[in-house]
Amino acid sequence: MPLFWLIMIVLAIAAGGFALGRQRSLASAGGDNRKLHSLPSYYGWNVALKAAVPAFLLIIVWLLAQPLYVGSTVSSMIPDRAVADNSSRGLVMAEVRRTAEGLDNAVAEGIMTENFARDLRADITDVTQRLKDAGQIVTSEVTQPILNAAQRFRVMNAAGNLYMTIAALVLAVLGALWGLKEAHFDFRARNVVEHSIRAILVGAASIAILTTIGIILSLVFNTIEFFRLYPAWDFFTGTSWAPSFSGRGGSSDLGVLPLLWGTFYISIVALAVAVPIGLFSAIYLSEYASPRVRAFAKPMLEVLAGIPTIVYGLFALLTVGPLLLTIFGRDGLDWMQAGTAVMTAGLVMGIMLIPFVSSLSDDIINAVPQAMRDGSYGLGATRSETIRQVVMPAALPGIVGAILLAASRAIGETMIVVLGAGAAAKLSLNPFEAMTTVTAKIVSQLTGDADFASPEALVAFALGMTLFVITLGLNVLALYIVRKYREQYE
Amino acid sequence: MTDASLNPSEAPRKGSLHTQNARTVRRNRAEARFKGYGIAAILVGLFFLVVLAVSIVRSGAPAFTRTVVDVEFTLSAAQLQEAESQLFKTKAYQTAFINALKGQLDERGMQVEVDNAAIERLMGKIGGDLRSFYADNPDQVGKAVSFQLAASSRVDRYLNGDLTRDSIEDSRFLMKTDLDLVDALEEAGIIRNAFNWTFITGTDAGVDNPGGAGLGASVIGSFFMMLVVLALSLPIGVAASIYLEEFAPQNKFTDLIEVNISNLAAVPSIVFGILGLAVFIQFMHLPQSAPLVGGLVLTLMTLPTIIISTRASLKAVPPSIRDAALGVGASKMQAVFHHVLPLAMPGILTGTIIGLAQALGETAPLLLIGMVGFVARGYPDGIMAGFTEANSAMPAQIYTWAARADASFYEKAWGGIIILLAFLLTMNIIAIILRRRFERRW
Repeated sequence: MPLFWLIMIVLAIAAGGFALGRQRSLASAGGDNRKLHSLPSYYGWNVALKAAVPAFLLIIVWLLAQPLYVGSTVSSMIPDRAVADNSSRGLVMAEVRRTAEGLDNAVAEGIMTENFARDLRADITDVTQRLKDAGQIVTSEVTQPILNAAQRFRVMNAAGNLYMTIAALVLAVLGALWGLKEAHFDFRARNVVEHSIRAILVGAASIAILTTIGIILSLVFNTIEFFRLYPAWDFFTGTSWAPSFSGRGGSSDLGVLPLLWGTFYISIVALAVAVPIGLFSAIYLSEYASPRVRAFAKPMLEVLAGIPTIVYGLFALLTVGPLLLTIFGRDGLDWMQAGTAVMTAGLVMGIMLIPFVSSLSDDIINAVPQAMRDGSYGLGATRSETIRQVVMPAALPGIVGAILLAASRAIGETMIVVLGAGAAAKLSLNPFEAMTTVTAKIVSQLTGDADFASPEALVAFALGMTLFVITLGLNVLALYIVRKYREQYE
Repeated sequence: MTDASLNPSEAPRKGSLHTQNARTVRRNRAEARFKGYGIAAILVGLFFLVVLAVSIVRSGAPAFTRTVVDVEFTLSAAQLQEAESQLFKTKAYQTAFINALKGQLDERGMQVEVDNAAIERLMGKIGGDLRSFYADNPDQVGKAVSFQLAASSRVDRYLNGDLTRDSIEDSRFLMKTDLDLVDALEEAGIIRNAFNWTFITGTDAGVDNPGGAGLGASVIGSFFMMLVVLALSLPIGVAASIYLEEFAPQNKFTDLIEVNISNLAAVPSIVFGILGLAVFIQFMHLPQSAPLVGGLVLTLMTLPTIIISTRASLKAVPPSIRDAALGVGASKMQAVFHHVLPLAMPGILTGTIIGLAQALGETAPLLLIGMVGFVARGYPDGIMAGFTEANSAMPAQIYTWAARADASFYEKAWGGIIILLAFLLTMNIIAIILRRRFERRW
């Protein structure tokens, strides 16, 4: 039974339970709802929640556990000799999954009967041929162990799904019956329902924690896997980035330093564009601008923050890059070889960051108490003197925090550098040269057809880990500074 | 005891207060300069915005038009018979068509070489289209039918002035001599610009056919993704915000949740892509490139945004509302769900729409879950398939086009951006209207 229908049936049981529970509680009070402890609908909700929540939890846990169990059982079934030298168990399992899927589709299209698809002694060439006839993608050599594993995989999955359906439905019905049994006029239904709703609310709030745990686990496990294949020392201190695409590792240089250098260089160029423009905009908007100018200019600048990064990426690749090339390229000053360069990506990223710097600084400048300005004016200072010598020093920690947040944004930015910065990893000081960043390499290492077990693909997780740690550090520091500063004037 | 008596050397200021001395002039000039920097900064920011808008519109507009060859053509029953009897049937249709075209040019007194190969370069293999048209509409045989056939993207670019006679190199795609034919057809009014519906409704085409590429399938992909994001992030986000704002006790666990939310809001989007790849694809074996997986990843990404804005709108509901509800005997849960939540709803919806708009434009996580590097050739077969079948999404499709070597796709990428921005603009305008209309000041 497809999952969709299972969910629908559980929901239907819950809905039916709601109506029955409501009715039953009213009946127990002889139709007089003043005798009930709670409003009638709470008795209904009690039944519905008892029917649906345990069943859905079971389905979720089952769906997570079943692939793990089936995968490990089938994997242990494959004899070692079936795993070729230049292959790995993971690859063979992927093959098994593909074959099983092919068999499923062939049965669904009516090319094979269910019995034939399950026949353990089926002729290998016949099965392969039939799969090919069905238009299923099968590698040429479906071997006997793979076929048998695939058959076992299908059988176990089918049985698992069947058990899950039965278990979920039984649980839903039992829950509904339990709730119905409780639907008596002196049962404290509202308190029970409110407790369960509160538990659901806590569960929803904990998803933030689960997400963080998920990020950390997925990064940590794969990073450890990577460091098993490639020494950590070489990764952190290597000055050359040259992943091999042909072989299975060994010949790759995977040093992170050129990528970090590219990341920081581009971020510095971006901040050099964004900080002066953003800061002066914020000063003008908060100290000089009339309300009408402010009401127009502030949202306009913030539009820059709402534009998707892919737009900036395209802008860098197709507008800014060629433009810089005509000025600094071979026809102009001859500093630039191609449109993609540190300068291109940095400039465009700077444009993107202007509203980040200006909005945050604006808030912080506005938080400086008016009394400080008035004192300065009273001593005869001009506006600019007041801003430079009174407001800015007072707002400085907050502005530093804003700049750090912008820097973390710049370091984590992906699309602009993927399209605008180039692909060559270099340690160079020339801002008109193409360089690449951590994020761009994560994309390029994970979007190919590389197999996930190779160091060339796993290195992306180590890069992600590096990125995560750096941006997290910057964010925590920035938030700490901003919070500390806010407290000063509150 | 005044300063003046202690410093007799410094004479009191002479002259009128209305004339500024040198120091005041300097200070005032510094003041004007400082204000000038501020204005300049704003103007530079706005200038970038204008440049961005102009370059998007200018480069993207051509994607919405295409060059069509508009020919009135009559196929007689005899010609049909003859064509069907030949070995290369589509070729025969093509020849009949080209003869008709030649006739029309001759009528206008233009002498240009028209041959089969040139027409194929300009318009692709049209014989197949003609044949299937007559197979579908047998009643049209013998009548004059007006055909609008799409010209190749290179002809588009030539007519736009993107390619010139000098910059063109003879290739199997376009020869210099073909341009004479294009000029003649243009003069005769046979080639003209028409609105490119294929771009809006069509699916992605292969790398060698930029003219036939459309955004339609990826709009559907994005739509299904947004459904997943809306269905998950709105209830979860609202539930989490209600807990944190109304029920959570002051303890370590609550602090942990708060810290996590504020950190997740600042985690780079690509890290969410890595999470999606590792958890949803490697671990749970959900299908690659499926809108379902994209939606799950984007949900996790937008949750912090939605929680932050929902909490702000819950906080904006004054405590007197809660107190009044509690005072007439409501439980705390009833006070929140019956009174606070409905009053906060406009603010929550505004925040959700803005969160969705942000998710709609996000690209980087989609690249990691495989929404790139394949050609999204078809529409999904149904509602369920829409969630689980491999599809592209708008920003991923734009990236795919931008990454292709053929420069004709760049125009499509810009055009895609116009459509994407149109969606985002609509969503933001709806959010602003909602806020204007329903926001209550307490």
